[in-house]
Amino acid sequence: AMEDVSAKFVSQKISRTRWRPLPAAALQLPDVFATGSWDNEDNRISIWSASDLGNAGLNGEYHGEPHLLCDIQHNGDVMDMQFLDQERIVVASSTGTVTIFRHHQNNQTLSANYRWEKAHYHVGQDTSCGGAACTGVVCSNPEIVTVGEDGRINLFRADQKDAVRTIDNADSSTLHAVTFLRTTEILTVNSIGQLKIWDLRQQRNEPSQIFSLAGDRVPLHCVDRHPNQQHIVATGGQDGMLSIWDIRHGTMPVSLLNAHEAEMWEVHFHPSDPDHLFTCSEDGSLWHWDTSTNVSEKPSFLHQGGRSTAYLSHSAINQSVVSAWLSNDPTKDRMEITNLIPNQTLSVNSLDVLGSCLVYGTDAEAIYVNRQLFA
Amino acid sequence: DTVPPQVVPGADPSARQLCFAWGPAEVLVCETLFGRAGGSRSRCLSLSPSRSRGEGGAGAAARALTDSVAGTGEGTQSSSRVFVVRRDQDIYIQTLRKLFNESHGIFMGLQRSEEELTGKSRKAQLVQVSKNYRSVIRACMEDMHQAAVSTRDPVLQGQYSTQVSILSAMELIWNLCEILFVEAAAAGPLLLRLLDWVRLHVCDVDSMVREVLSSENPSKHKLFWNVVDVFVLQGRMDEARHLLSKEASANPTSMNMYKILDDLMKKMPVPSLGNTQTLTELELKWQHWHEECQRYLQDGTFASNPHMESICKILLGDEDAILEKKELMTTWYHFLVTRLLYSHPTVKPMELRFYAQSSMDLFLGGESSPEPLDMILMAAFEFEMHQVIKECSIVLSNWWFVAHLTDLLDHCKLLQSHNLYFGSNMREFLLLEYASGLFSHHSLWQLGVDYFDHCPEYGRVYLELHIERIPLSTEQKALKVLRICEQRQMHEQVRSICKIMAMKALRNNRLGSALSWSIRAKDAAFATLISDRFLKDYCERGCFSDLDLIDNLGPSMLLSDRLTFLGKYREFHRLYGEKRFPEAARLLLTLMTAHIAPCSFWMTLLTDALPLLEQKEVIFSAEQTYELMRCLEDLTAGNPDKQKFQDDDVETTKVEMLRLALARNLARVIVKEGTVEGS
Repeated sequence: AMEDVSAKFVSQKISRTRWRPLPAAALQLPDVFATGSWDNEDNRISIWSASDLGNAGLNGEYHGEPHLLCDIQHNGDVMDMQFLDQERIVVASSTGTVTIFRHHQNNQTLSANYRWEKAHYHVGQDTSCGGAACTGVVCSNPEIVTVGEDGRINLFRADQKDAVRTIDNADSSTLHAVTFLRTTEILTVNSIGQLKIWDLRQQRNEPSQIFSLAGDRVPLHCVDRHPNQQHIVATGGQDGMLSIWDIRHGTMPVSLLNAHEAEMWEVHFHPSDPDHLFTCSEDGSLWHWDTSTNVSEKPSFLHQGGRSTAYLSHSAINQSVVSAWLSNDPTKDRMEITNLIPNQTLSVNSLDVLGSCLVYGTDAEAIYVNRQLFA
Repeated sequence: DTVPPQVVPGADPSARQLCFAWGPAEVLVCETLFGRAGGSRSRCLSLSPSRSRGEGGAGAAARALTDSVAGTGEGTQSSSRVFVVRRDQDIYIQTLRKLFNESHGIFMGLQRSEEELTGKSRKAQLVQVSKNYRSVIRACMEDMHQAAVSTRDPVLQGQYSTQVSILSAMELIWNLCEILFVEAAAAGPLLLRLLDWVRLHVCDVDSMVREVLSSENPSKHKLFWNVVDVFVLQGRMDEARHLLSKEASANPTSMNMYKILDDLMKKMPVPSLGNTQTLTELELKWQHWHEECQRYLQDGTFASNPHMESICKILLGDEDAILEKKELMTTWYHFLVTRLLYSHPTVKPMELRFYAQSSMDLFLGGESSPEPLDMILMAAFEFEMHQVIKECSIVLSNWWFVAHLTDLLDHCKLLQSHNLYFGSNMREFLLLEYASGLFSHHSLWQLGVDYFDHCPEYGRVYLELHIERIPLSTEQKALKVLRICEQRQMHEQVRSICKIMAMKALRNNRLGSALSWSIRAKDAAFATLISDRFLKDYCERGCFSDLDLIDNLGPSMLLSDRLTFLGKYREFHRLYGEKRFPEAARLLLTLMTAHIAPCSFWMTLLTDALPLLEQKEVIFSAEQTYELMRCLEDLTAGNPDKQKFQDDDVETTKVEMLRLALARNLARVIVKEGTVEGS
């Protein structure tokens, strides 16, 4: 319910929010998250604690707003951000620089740990070399992949000065986001509605597969892969549409789902409960997509009063694998969609889910933490 | 109006001639060499930014930001400077961004709520909105206070403290406006609301109250009677009686006297919030109680205790007795409310002005003159709403307060009659000013958009002017600006943003990106320009760049003829590459005969036909070959630059080779077709 959400106005527009990963086999709830800001004269990377331990309730539930642990200045807009491990965060900048920041938990400070200046850059007509915004970063320790407005793909290894692999002009349009498909393969989305698979072992500077939207080439802004079934991929586009792709079949999306009224900035499968998916948008909404009622007779624990709940059927092509996302059984082909922010007006630029916790940040300079997503 | 002059630090009109340029959110002042002989040297530089706007100490709008633009006048010394004078300094205070963002949400909620409800529930809704605004001010005040306490920098501390007092004054004014205008409390409840207002805002005595109450034996504390008086003056009867009971139990001899006073305080009739009693009933009860107090005072019941006697006088509304406690009230408006409580508990809204004026006069007693805050509150008590807004505009250092308050009052339908001379009404004028300020901030501009949206008269024009000045540092930001424009059908701005982005991409040799920007704007001319760049690159390098884009143009190919040609021409190459020669040949020919290809490109196309003509298989039919020949002749004959062909050896050779190849192909095809037909 809404009262489980705590908000904090932070006097900077938030472009990214990320939970710090939990140590393996940890039983506690996620607590620490990082945020990055954009469009400020002075942009910052900040580390927050979601729980206000001083105000822990009787039953151990947490109240109060997130509080700042430490922050550090960042050059340029934070375009993307991801934790490399418990202590290090990789940050993509609008200046084209990629930086690894280290969070020193003993004395609560942040420091720049490693930096690739102008990892993304333009080679202009006047042969001058200017930085190009790095739009996306994904890491799988120790490997870091970055993409940018320059259409370049970089593969870095943490603490290694030179790029392991660079594909110049990999894409003639802007690459908006990147994610790992498998250890050596990545997925990218671009501004002409294409989803591409790249095999980084191959020396060819070309994608191994190209998928694209039919009709108008609506730009794609975000991509995420199903955590267990790697062939299922979700992307979000400029028109707010959610596309589900089965990369084993065809070159077009399996289903197109009407969602937001403006750019979908992020899409995330729930990492441990992938029947749930979360999307956020420029139109100021954040949607929770729930297909869990599909496959089994699980109780619908997400149906909460007072929210707009919609049922939507999606067109699916023949699939043999039973997955809620690719299901084509018309009688069960339903998913429950809940808008988690009823009255928001400005863009929700980023969200992250871990366990039962959701964190998101907006252009209205506020961060929100919902610690009881499935309550 | 007289506006205090603003001095731009560092700009010296006695040394240099100055010139000005007015922008929507800032003024540029620069030093110039022009007209030095003029008689304006002695004039003092004074700026009064943005119409009747002045400053009340705290936030001087003048802020010199940039300097050192190199002077180019030959022979003259040093550099000249450009000063940027911004109008809304408070926009730049970090902590206030919380106020701007949070109140934006409330503002939007209020615009949406429009006309849904009527009558009482509408009023309750508006009062709630007003309370929400105030709670944001208070939250901001607390943050600012926290910041002031935690900083070690004395300058910053001073700034924060100033902001705390400004915010606190804003809340005080807003609260009074809420009672008088938004809620429009009627006689009876009006007094209760005013009492709450005084209790909430007169906090100077709070520490004294705390000190006494927390002492071991309050009744022995030297400030004991002061605290009792504070409670009585604020009408906090229960607390006063509680304290008095402690004193009573310590003085059994005067127990009776305490009992009587306690009884009087207990019996004091107060207006009720519900409709349980009529005003006449209250007045009757009150009259009765008043007479009882009078009797006790006159028969000397309290004569032995001056403290209790003075309290009884206060209960009787004795002005002198109340004024004696001036230090405990600290402000004239506290005095006013106390006076009303004990003399005119059923005061009607329209009577407030008389009591307010006389209370201020009595309280200040000619010793000090009223300050701006006093004048604003006085205007409110006089129900001069426009005066309140005007005074606030002059005194406060930001537009936030007046813009939001005026908008709320306008929603209460209180400002309709008032139109300003320049056409838009006051609400809109103030919202425009506030939103313009937001737009001058490099980060808060997004909030400004929604405010402009709710200015029916000039909002659109302002938005159009401002949105074009947003620097488009990344594509992501450009997309956000673009979305704003597209949602509002601002076609001109959409085109200009896309063009800017396309130009940027072009400069960076990102032809693919450039093309997708011009496709987004449906800018055919620019798409043509980019297509030409692609074709030029092809002619120079002999291969296409950005195949991933050109192969996937889809329906956007139809945007411009040249783009169509580019897509089709690439298709020809693909077909050729896949050795689908007849299809390739047909397409190539169509590109010319259907005039899809620009004439300048025909020679290239004909040259592309050469390898097809040289294939072992005959590909072009006789008819197609004739057509190719006609194309070649059209090109050479119809070309106005005929000279060029004759001068250019390479071109001439090409034409000759083509003619030869065409002739041979024709020969082969005649033989072949003849054979086929014959057999």
